[in-house]
Amino acid sequence: MDQPHGHRADAAGIAIAALLLAAAGVIAWDMTTLQITSVYGVGPKAMPIVVAAGLALLAAGNLIMALQGGLPAREEIDPKAIQRILGGLAALIAVIGFGGGFIIATALLFAMTASAFGRKAFHIDLAIGFVLALVAYLLFAKLLALSLPMGPLEALL
Amino acid sequence: MDAFASLAHGLAVAVQPANLMFAFVGVLLGTAVGVLPGIGPALTVALLLPVTFKLDPAGSLIMFAGIYYGGMYGGSTTAILINTPGESASLATALEGNKMAKAGRGGPALATAAIGSFVAGTIATVGIVFLAPWLVEIAIRFGPEDYFALMCVAFVTVSATFGDSPVRGLTSLFIGLTLGLVGIDSLTGQARLTFGVPELLDGIEVTTLAVGLFAVGEALYVASRRDKYAETVEPVRGSLWMTKADWRRSWKPWLRGALFGFPIGALPAGGAEIPTFLSYSTERRLTKHPEEFGKGAIEGVAGPEAANNASAAGTLVPLLTLGLPTSATAAMMLAGFQQYGLNPGPLLFAERPDLVWGLIASLFIANMMLLILNLPLVGLWVRLLAIPQPWLYGGILVFAAMGTIAANPSLIELTMLAVFGVMGFLMRRFDYPIAPVVIGLILGPIAESQLRRALSISLGDTLVLLRSPLSATLLAIACIALVAPFVLRGLSRLKSLPD
Repeated sequence: MDQPHGHRADAAGIAIAALLLAAAGVIAWDMTTLQITSVYGVGPKAMPIVVAAGLALLAAGNLIMALQGGLPAREEIDPKAIQRILGGLAALIAVIGFGGGFIIATALLFAMTASAFGRKAFHIDLAIGFVLALVAYLLFAKLLALSLPMGPLEALL
Repeated sequence: MDAFASLAHGLAVAVQPANLMFAFVGVLLGTAVGVLPGIGPALTVALLLPVTFKLDPAGSLIMFAGIYYGGMYGGSTTAILINTPGESASLATALEGNKMAKAGRGGPALATAAIGSFVAGTIATVGIVFLAPWLVEIAIRFGPEDYFALMCVAFVTVSATFGDSPVRGLTSLFIGLTLGLVGIDSLTGQARLTFGVPELLDGIEVTTLAVGLFAVGEALYVASRRDKYAETVEPVRGSLWMTKADWRRSWKPWLRGALFGFPIGALPAGGAEIPTFLSYSTERRLTKHPEEFGKGAIEGVAGPEAANNASAAGTLVPLLTLGLPTSATAAMMLAGFQQYGLNPGPLLFAERPDLVWGLIASLFIANMMLLILNLPLVGLWVRLLAIPQPWLYGGILVFAAMGTIAANPSLIELTMLAVFGVMGFLMRRFDYPIAPVVIGLILGPIAESQLRRALSISLGDTLVLLRSPLSATLLAIACIALVAPFVLRGLSRLKSLPD
């Protein structure tokens, strides 16, 4: 499955190491914006220093692992499935952002996710998602008094 | 016999009709979602946390404990009937259990798993009753430096010591610690890592992180490689009941499994994988039917399943007495306590004995309910496995979105959910463990405040960490646990070099 002695550099692993280093840099930069430090003991900067230093060290560790080809073997993935789920989440955020309400937004998310898993009947799934969202809304917003995003449909209920 | 008096008091709380109902709802939900492939107990608690915000604390904590125990029972059903265990703790069960199901002995496999879980869960809960007050007596004398050192041990063991790769485990932990920095610093009131976004001032919600990593990340991962997975559900054929020979071969593995599981779970070592595999290899060595191992030996289901449940109960000991979560589910339970402004630890035992002991007593009741729910009704749960995957994951994401937006009605929160989902997907793809992120987020800020409290008491003298014998010992253990995997690796590499 994996070749422990295959010393091939792994581009994704190098990217992970670079991301970790970038995160360490962001923490270090953010820390310089702190003004107040405590009189005694360690102030609010100590923990960021430790975390940033740790991340930088781990970036080095991950880089070594990537250069030695120590990352696990990865399978082919289906980018379309990922796009559909992320599209569903984007649709959810957009619909709620434009005031479309909880039910329409989650019905869309349901149907998009189902299509990512290979379903072809988008309209049927949209209907199922709508019923599910409606039941969830009635149960949680009406019975348990949770505040869920309102839209034209929710206003009718 | 103080423990018994407290327990009796707790039982009186637990048998109140409302709390019985919460326990029942908990075990029902726990079993249902435990059976569903793709949802573990940690995700279930995370999804339900925001929903229960307005309920009574004792009741919802009892419900969460029921979910925790129920998830363990349900997970074993999935492991036996589909050969894809939802969590690593069920791996050992799947080894023999799925073979038994294929050979038409799925009924006895499910039965020995359920009864073994009950036996081990009960033994482990008795263990909590005796161990918890004793640990509380000790913990009451802990200073902030001792707590800090203890958390260092937990950080290291959870991320580095027992995983596949210490570098990857520590990377996960530090991602969690980074996320824990976000928000207003509690001592000086300054914002850290908020980048001017007001929604980030309160810090990152543990539930949003957990739901993103577990639900969205899992959905992305499974969808992206869906064609490689052909799950087949083994039908439960033949008798559900165990024969006399099955009983004779099961009872000792149950007891041994409980003895492996509880102490290892109670140590801040994290993970139920070690006791389950210890139990599996022990049963394999002790069995009178070695020829059956690998083909469906009942001992190989009974032992690991008991160990799994006992260690789940064991993790409640450090959680309740020290406020120290050592698994993702325990971290979510801690978030549940925090949601009500409660901090598990010795003080909680003193201030809210009704709540703590009510919770412990309800574990006995939950266990009994689970045995009844799982033995005769197992056929019902198996039906849940027939939900088509597209609808299952569609539903999971709908509830993930609902839980997130109910906790914090803002688009930023939903965006974070999506971002954490992508992060969870990448972590799964590149084999970084998920639990240390959640534990880093929830425990990082606590560790920081304990350290700063210790150092402000000592007027900034860092030697205070070494002056307390306990904290010095714990820090030494943390150092050893951190270095050990690297040293062992180096040694094994040296040995393998000649060839």
